[in-house]
Amino acid sequence: MTPKPYGLMAAFLHPEELLAAARAAHQAGYREMDAYSPFPVEGVAEALGFEHTRVSLVVLIGGMTGAVVAYGIQYYSAVRDYPLDVGGRPPHSWPSFIPITFELTILFAAFAAVFGMLLMNGLPKPYHPVFNAPEFKLASQTRFFLCLQATDPQFGEQTKAFLESLNPISVHEVAS
Amino acid sequence: MSPSLEQPVVARGYDSESVTRKIGDVVLARPIQRGWLGGFAFAFALLMLLNFAIGWLLMRGVGVWGVNVPVAWGFAIVNFVWWIGIGHARTFISAILLLLHQDWRTSINRFAEAMTLFAVACAGLFPLLHLGRPWVFYWLLPYPDTMGLWPQWRSPLVWDVFAVSTYLTVSLMFWYVGLIPDLATMRDRAVPRPLQLLYGITALGWRGSARHWKRYQTAYLLLAGLATPLVLSVHSVVSFDFAVAIVPGWHSTIFPPYFVAGAIFSGFAVVLTLLIPVRKAYGLQDFITLRHLENCAKIMLATGLMVAHGYSIEAFMAWYSDDKFDIYMTLNRMFGPYAPVWCLLIGCNVLVPQALWFKKIRTTPVILFVVALLVNVGMWTERYVIVVTSLSRDFLPSAWGSFHGTRWDWMTLFGAFGLFLSLLFLFLRLLPAISITEMRKLVWDSAKPRQP
Repeated sequence: MTPKPYGLMAAFLHPEELLAAARAAHQAGYREMDAYSPFPVEGVAEALGFEHTRVSLVVLIGGMTGAVVAYGIQYYSAVRDYPLDVGGRPPHSWPSFIPITFELTILFAAFAAVFGMLLMNGLPKPYHPVFNAPEFKLASQTRFFLCLQATDPQFGEQTKAFLESLNPISVHEVAS
Repeated sequence: MSPSLEQPVVARGYDSESVTRKIGDVVLARPIQRGWLGGFAFAFALLMLLNFAIGWLLMRGVGVWGVNVPVAWGFAIVNFVWWIGIGHARTFISAILLLLHQDWRTSINRFAEAMTLFAVACAGLFPLLHLGRPWVFYWLLPYPDTMGLWPQWRSPLVWDVFAVSTYLTVSLMFWYVGLIPDLATMRDRAVPRPLQLLYGITALGWRGSARHWKRYQTAYLLLAGLATPLVLSVHSVVSFDFAVAIVPGWHSTIFPPYFVAGAIFSGFAVVLTLLIPVRKAYGLQDFITLRHLENCAKIMLATGLMVAHGYSIEAFMAWYSDDKFDIYMTLNRMFGPYAPVWCLLIGCNVLVPQALWFKKIRTTPVILFVVALLVNVGMWTERYVIVVTSLSRDFLPSAWGSFHGTRWDWMTLFGAFGLFLSLLFLFLRLLPAISITEMRKLVWDSAKPRQP
C-alpha cells in the first residue's frame, strides 16, 4: 500500500491564474488547501477562505501590556518602594513617566507583531512536506502554486482532474 | 506631474526572474572582487583602530579623552547624537514612505535599514564608553539590586536608555522580518551546501504560503506604523538630554523638532553618500535610478531648510528673551573661540544644500555625493557646536573652560567609521541589498496597465 500523499500541487505562471484557481477550488468545496507565491498576491488568502488575521489584536494586547508594565514599574519604584524627594517634586510626577511608557508600548507591540506573526504562522519550521514538490524552489522566485491537501474530505480520485481543468502548467503529487 | 513624465522607478524590461537573478547574484554568483577586498581591508583596519582606542580607554579611564569640567560631554556625546541621527532616514524611507504608498522607496529601503542598524550600533557604543565603567552598564536598567535602588525616572538620560534600546531592537526586528522572504529566495538559489544551510536556518522555513503572507503583511504594516512615532520620539528624547538642562543654548523648546529634522537631514546625506558608490560598483543603476537620488536630494533640501530655520529661531529667541547668558552664548558661538567650527557648520548645513535647488545638481551623482559628504560634516559640527560652546562658557566666567579632542577622541571617531563600514561591506556580500520580494511585486504591478 502506498502511503497517503500530503496533497496535490498545481503550478501556475501568473498570479492572476493562481487567484482564479484558488477561487475555483473554494467554489468546488475544497477547504484544506494553501497557495504559495514569491510575493503576496492580493486576494488569494481571502479566496482560500482566510479572511481575518489576529495579528492586529495581538499587537494591541502587546502594546497595552508594555504601557502597563512601564508605568507600573515607574509608579511602584518611585512612589511605593523608594520615594525620593527631588527638589520637592511629587513622587508621582507622571509627566516624567510618559517617555518610558511610550517607548515600552512600542517595544512590546513590536515584539508582539514579530513573534505573534511567526508563531501564528507556525515558523520556524525548517521541514514541510510541500518542499518535496518538484520545482517548489521556484515558489520563492517566479512560480505560483496551489496545493489541495489530502486531509480535505473532498479530496479523492477526481481531484487531479479538477486541478488540471484549472489550466496549470503542471500537477504533481506531494509526498507526505 | 503625471507619473509617466517622471523618471522611472525601475528601468524597463525586468520581470520576476531577472530581478531575482540580478539582485541575488550580487551575493551568490559574483566573485569577491579587488575593490571589495580593498574596501573591507580599509574598514577593518579602522575597526582595529577603534579596538585599540577602546582598549586604551578601558585601561586608563575617560581621562584619555579631552573631557573635563566644565566640558564633560565631549566627542562621545557628539558622536552619539550624530550616529543616532543617521538612522532616522531609514525609518523615514521604510516606514513613513511605506505608509504613504511611495513605491520608489522599495529599492533603497533594505539598504537604508541595514545602514540604520549599523549606525545605531555605533551610536550605542559612545554613551556606554562615556559611562566610565561600561561593564556596569546594567545599573541603568530597573532590576532588583542589593541596595534597593531604582533608576531616576525623571532623568532624560534614563529615558534615553529606553528610547535607544527600543529603537535598536525594533530596527533589528523590522529589518529581519523584511529579510525573511528574501532569505528563502537565497536558500532556494544557493548552490553550496553551507550557504543553503545558512540561508535555510535564517529563513525559518518560509514557504510563501498565502496565509503566511497575509499575517506577514499585517505585521509588517503595523511595524511600520509603530516605527513612525518611535523615530520621532527617539531623537526628541535625545534632544531632551539637552533641553531639560538649564545650560544656555540647550534649554529650548525648539530642540525636539529641530533635532528630528536634523536627523532626517543627516540620514539622507549618509544614504546618498553610500548609495551613489554602491549603485555604481554593483551596477544597480536600473533599480536605484536617478529618480531615487533626486528624491533623496529633495528631502535633504527640505529638511536642510528646516534645520536652517531652527538656527535662525535659536538666535532670534536668544535676542528676544533678553537673557544675557543666552545672548552671550549666541555671540560666543559666532565670534568666540569656536567660531571656525560654527562657520563650517553654517557653510555645510545652510549654504551648500542650497545647490540642491538645481535639477542639474540633483541628477548628477558626483556633485550630489560631494554635497552629501559636506552635509555629513556639517551635521557633526552642529552637534559639536551645541555640546561644546554651551558647556565651555555657561554662566560665571570663573567656571569657564575649553575643550579640544585628544588623539584618542579622534581615533574613536574614525574607528567607529571602521565598525560601520566593516558591517556594511559584510552586508553587501552576504545579503541581498535590495528587497527582491518587493521588487518582484513592483515590476509585476508596473507591467500591468494602470487601473483608472
